[in-house]
Amino acid sequence: MTEPSKRRSSNVRLALGIVAVPLLMFGLGFAVAPFYDRVCEYFGVTPKVRAEATADTQYRVDPAREIALGFITSVNGSMPLEFRVEVPKLEIHPGQYYTVKFYAKNVSDKTLFGQAIPSVAPVWAAGHLKKTECFCFKEQEFAPKVEKEMPVRFVVDPEVSADVKDMTLSYTFFDITAKKIQ
Amino acid sequence: MTATTHDDHHDHGPAKGIMRWITTTNHKDIGTLYMITALIMFFVGGAMALVIRAELFEPGMQYVDPLFFNQMTTLHALVMVFGAVMPAFAGLANWMIPMMIGAPDMALPRMNNWSFWILPFAVCLLASTLFMEGGAPSAGWTLYPPLVLQGGNNLPFAVFSVHLLGISSIMAAINIIVTVFNMRAPGMTWMKLPMFVWTWVITAFLLIAIMPVFAGAVTMLLTDKFFGTSFFNAAGGGDPVLYQHLFWFFGHPEVYVLILPSFGVVSQIIPTFARKPLFGYSSMVYATASIGLLSFIVWAHHQYTVGMPIQGELYFTYATMLIAVPTGVKVFNWLATMWKGAMTFETPMLFAIAFVVLFTMGGFTGLMMSISPADLQYHDTYFIVAHFHYTLVTGAVFAILAAVYYWLPKWTGYMYDERLGKLHFWLTTISVNVCFFPQHFSGLAGMPRRIPDYAVQFAEFNAMSSVGAFVFGFAQLILAYVVIQSIRGGDKATDEVWEGAKEHGLEWQLPSPPPYHTWTTAPDIK
Repeated sequence: MTEPSKRRSSNVRLALGIVAVPLLMFGLGFAVAPFYDRVCEYFGVTPKVRAEATADTQYRVDPAREIALGFITSVNGSMPLEFRVEVPKLEIHPGQYYTVKFYAKNVSDKTLFGQAIPSVAPVWAAGHLKKTECFCFKEQEFAPKVEKEMPVRFVVDPEVSADVKDMTLSYTFFDITAKKIQ
Repeated sequence: MTATTHDDHHDHGPAKGIMRWITTTNHKDIGTLYMITALIMFFVGGAMALVIRAELFEPGMQYVDPLFFNQMTTLHALVMVFGAVMPAFAGLANWMIPMMIGAPDMALPRMNNWSFWILPFAVCLLASTLFMEGGAPSAGWTLYPPLVLQGGNNLPFAVFSVHLLGISSIMAAINIIVTVFNMRAPGMTWMKLPMFVWTWVITAFLLIAIMPVFAGAVTMLLTDKFFGTSFFNAAGGGDPVLYQHLFWFFGHPEVYVLILPSFGVVSQIIPTFARKPLFGYSSMVYATASIGLLSFIVWAHHQYTVGMPIQGELYFTYATMLIAVPTGVKVFNWLATMWKGAMTFETPMLFAIAFVVLFTMGGFTGLMMSISPADLQYHDTYFIVAHFHYTLVTGAVFAILAAVYYWLPKWTGYMYDERLGKLHFWLTTISVNVCFFPQHFSGLAGMPRRIPDYAVQFAEFNAMSSVGAFVFGFAQLILAYVVIQSIRGGDKATDEVWEGAKEHGLEWQLPSPPPYHTWTTAPDIK
């Protein structure tokens, strides 16, 4: 039988060793956040705002195929913004670049800051819609009572699966004014 | 080691008065404190469940407004999981593990005191939100953002309460690991450990790995709400689904934290009353360890509907189904233990057998939900409510009830009233099925959970459920009466309490009730 004091110190040593596990797991919880973004990007789920525009890649245009691409604009919560798009729908050929203009007007008397979040349906085609220029890439500032024109340049790459006949690109503006003024 | 060589192992009993309980470092006292807390919280959480069932007795809005209803569903779950079931198992661990492995006490007695005494404060912190403006958290026990972030100032209280509960259970888990690793009596080898001890060691490892992840996730909720971070905020580049992944990475092993010690309890009780050794002991150990490991890699089966790549859906479906294999091993081992045994049906055995039957039903509905395409129909309906109440009430709670009846005569030294025990068992078992079985049907027909009103087509099933719930709730008063009666006196219990129990564990070689300090001289292990 071991001496009680010796056993006590070996108990404390083992306990301190085990404490490393919870500390590590606490850190791991936070480390998962950037890792999660990477995984989502890889699988093409919940497309995120890209930090910068990508250069135009050349694709072979497929004139035989047509995809009906619809646009939806919406504003989150009670943000005083009128947000619209020049055309509700566009017949597009995969591989061809298009530019579509979106408009947003600040109807309040205060400067607004907004962040648009894009979403593409169906989700399995989302990775194939490539935006080379978009107002959603950065935060937008709206002066009072001023309408802003915001072009989006994009291409649907010809790799998109053949059964995709309809796609929808939607934008939701979130009000981040309170955050910016802080 | 003898009692005279050093100063803190006196032969006299506990200190007198309230300070005995506040300053105690004795594993039996702390076990008792945990068990009493769990019993009180069981009634508090149960009262909340009865508010829910009263409102759902008939369609339409009767007694409470929807916000308060949602607070009740949220708090009922948090109180039952963190306030009742986990402390009850911590109490059983404190009482039984040292006695079962031949150790004089837990390895770190002062930390043991601390890990208990954090608990009442954490629960009070959570309960205090009921009295503040905007009420308690009402987004469900999963605390999903963005909903939970819209709920007023209860969030920091809930978050700090989770932190404290986490610290408390991590300390308890570390204590158990160190105790079992370092304090086993000579000759008590790993493969001789009682199953209850084995299941708790594995549970303790789950706890130290998952509680910090949960603590981290709720900390992110806190900083998202008050410090402008965007972990779960889409407008800032975050994603609320990330919270669900973090939560269920904790949440899935957590449900095994609640059920593994139940497996241990049942594996102690069935051999005693079948008068046979446990069938397939080593396969039981390996099955428990496999369930523990698998629990870490199946979490996203709680989120099939949030949008996942098809590879993810397939993986989580197959990985989840795999858990049925070791669980099946355990169920068949229990059946084989009873096979041709000389069985008697005292109250603990009745609860243990009911556990095997009813938990298996809960396991089967779990298997149904593991199939991702089928789960789209079950998700967030009463079917899932029925499933997890079969695993957690007729599973974890039944195991705790079985354990209380099994060890109560050992703890108090007096036999409980067997007639009242049997009455409690039959009322409980019948009413729990009247309560939860109809919920399978209303769920399959599409009744959503966490909603205070419902379509009239569900009226009959809900009325049945509510009647069952009220009978179940009031039947538990018998338990409280039986426990108090057995503490106050009655027929003296023998040392082994149950016929032949001496062969089924070291605790039955001690007197009933055991002296304040036991195994100060390590027992001889054959």
